[in-house]
Amino acid sequence: MKPTYKTEPLRCWAKAKEIRQDYYKNYALAHEKGGLRWAGGAWSFDAIPAGLGDDVYPLTGEPYAAAIAWDKEFALQCHEAVEKAGYARDLCSYMRNYWGSIILNKYVFGGEFPKPDFIWQDHICCSHAKWYQVVRDLEGQDIPMYCLDVSVGPYEELTDNRLDYVVGQMHDGIEWLEKVTGRRFDDERLIRAVSNHCRSTALWAEVCALNKAIPAPLDEKTMYSLYVLGTLQKSSGIVADFTEELRDEVKDRVARGIAAVPNERCRVMSDTQPPWGFLKIFRYLEQYGCVSVGSLYTFGLIGQWEVKADGTWGARTTPEQMGIVIRDRDQALRVLASWELKKPEWQHFYSPQAKSEMMIRIAKEWTLDGVLLHYNRGCEGLSLGIAENRLAMIKAGFPVIVFEGNMGDEREFDEIQTLKRIDAFMESQGFEKDSQ
Amino acid sequence: MNVAGVDCGAKSAKVLILGDEKVLARVAVLSGFDPKAAAAQALDEALKQAGLSRGDLSHVTATGTGKNEVVFATSEITEVGADARAVIVLFPAARTVIDIGAEEGRAIRISPEGKVIDFAINEKCAAGAGTFTETMARTLEVAVEDMGPLSLKSQNAVPMNAQCAVFAESEVVSLIHAKHSKEDIARAVHDAMADRIASMARKIGIDKSIVLVGGMAKNVGFVNSLQRNLKEEILIPENPEYSCALGAALTAAERAKGA
Repeated sequence: MKPTYKTEPLRCWAKAKEIRQDYYKNYALAHEKGGLRWAGGAWSFDAIPAGLGDDVYPLTGEPYAAAIAWDKEFALQCHEAVEKAGYARDLCSYMRNYWGSIILNKYVFGGEFPKPDFIWQDHICCSHAKWYQVVRDLEGQDIPMYCLDVSVGPYEELTDNRLDYVVGQMHDGIEWLEKVTGRRFDDERLIRAVSNHCRSTALWAEVCALNKAIPAPLDEKTMYSLYVLGTLQKSSGIVADFTEELRDEVKDRVARGIAAVPNERCRVMSDTQPPWGFLKIFRYLEQYGCVSVGSLYTFGLIGQWEVKADGTWGARTTPEQMGIVIRDRDQALRVLASWELKKPEWQHFYSPQAKSEMMIRIAKEWTLDGVLLHYNRGCEGLSLGIAENRLAMIKAGFPVIVFEGNMGDEREFDEIQTLKRIDAFMESQGFEKDSQ
Repeated sequence: MNVAGVDCGAKSAKVLILGDEKVLARVAVLSGFDPKAAAAQALDEALKQAGLSRGDLSHVTATGTGKNEVVFATSEITEVGADARAVIVLFPAARTVIDIGAEEGRAIRISPEGKVIDFAINEKCAAGAGTFTETMARTLEVAVEDMGPLSLKSQNAVPMNAQCAVFAESEVVSLIHAKHSKEDIARAVHDAMADRIASMARKIGIDKSIVLVGGMAKNVGFVNSLQRNLKEEILIPENPEYSCALGAALTAAERAKGA
């Protein structure tokens, strides 16, 4: 079948790969440069340790564990090592991948696992704080650890007291950082990092919003490789600048009608982390002319959104765009906490209904034909209420296909069965493979 | 016009030949380790039964787990689509199809036109499929064909909690040690399986009429358990294990006309 649309590779693709490679290399080689390493989650407030200097390098756990999942052989070695050490198989699979990498003392990008100098974490789900307590069990109790409690409820219920609770912990955390690193905290660096954080996350939302266009300029498999930079270090100028460059390129693709999938005739979204070792399912969808334009996960884990005047979702207006000038530490921390606690992925920890509403909004505004739900056994947090989301989507008139799997443990994913489900779903929706 | 539907399943390859919309032949051959050869053998035997040769077939549509192995097929259709296609012809009032084969259990909700509205398929676990009954029959040391009639003689409902074929096997062993009768254990096996299938069907919503197809539809014990669980009458066609093959053959006929 002749493609309907023009397509072309992303010009900034190589740059995204380079930034990611540098990130993991910088962490591993931090000590050689006289710098520091810190470990924590992709949700941690990374703008704060940035106040310690430009040579303080993070390793965020979830994307690192996803990189392990992509390397199926190593992932299996990690799982076996963790199970042999006595940890249960049904725990968060990111956490298990990460621990396995420590137990085996192998960094997935080569060499020994680089031990962090300190841990900077926040407790977003049942696993996140425990994750790094076990890291200390495995790596040594001498690694200082700080963990913020962020359980202040959904953003719409955020009160001054609740915000104070988080900001207070941030202030304490800065004193703690100075104590454990022996470095003086630089508020100017913090202010710059907070500004970058807001810029990266609003720009990512802008990129995702551009995918409302038909044909979609980006497909979700490609988006995974781009949004990941925000999970690594959203407060870095490099990430913010790259996301701006990406936004400009995607805007240009929309203007010129450049498609991610040249035979696009069906649009779906997914949900939660995908089975990272099997992203080829997205390429399989393309045989039906089906493009996954994103998901609440891809849009909302990093992206910051707001309802625009016309009632649709768009990128959140940054403090800078609103004319707010951040002058001191307290203001920077307040802006950071208030900004970050609003992101969509925080909200649905508190309510599957809120998640359904956001998903239905995406399905309508991004003009979707269906939904591909991953019953992800690897993440209890993001899978919470997913069966209710399925019912809500069906009720709203969007057909849903579900498949079981695990973002980080391929033993719980059945590739053939999943492809069979996709075939049945596509057939039931009247779509045929191009080859037929 | 003669057409064939081939259902290359996990346990057997089934071929059904239609000639001018009438069933001319039905043949099943065990898939073994060579589903490609089994499908070819089933087709040749069916052609012989119908008094036809391969050249007499206008179109062959394949379905089933091994549909890609059916190298002589002209086109293919998913099992979900094939079931819907067949059942709406066999029972025009049908709105829910439950198909339990050797490897897979499926529930499908269909429209009055036979269009698939929603479907659910059992996951990796074999506890919702025919193989489960076979394994349990071996543990009980009875022939699989006897499991159904045996369970109908049960006097007591014995709860069986296991949702997994492996755990269920050890649970059956425990029930044997606890001196429960084979009849009661056979019923417990079917009840457990019916629970799992009914739960899967409820996920997509059950509309009347309900039609049961696939090899397990021939197991009277399972049918009884499922009927009690769903509290609804279940309709079963004459040759339930050929449902997918029939759906494939009907599709072949449509596609041959459209060609």
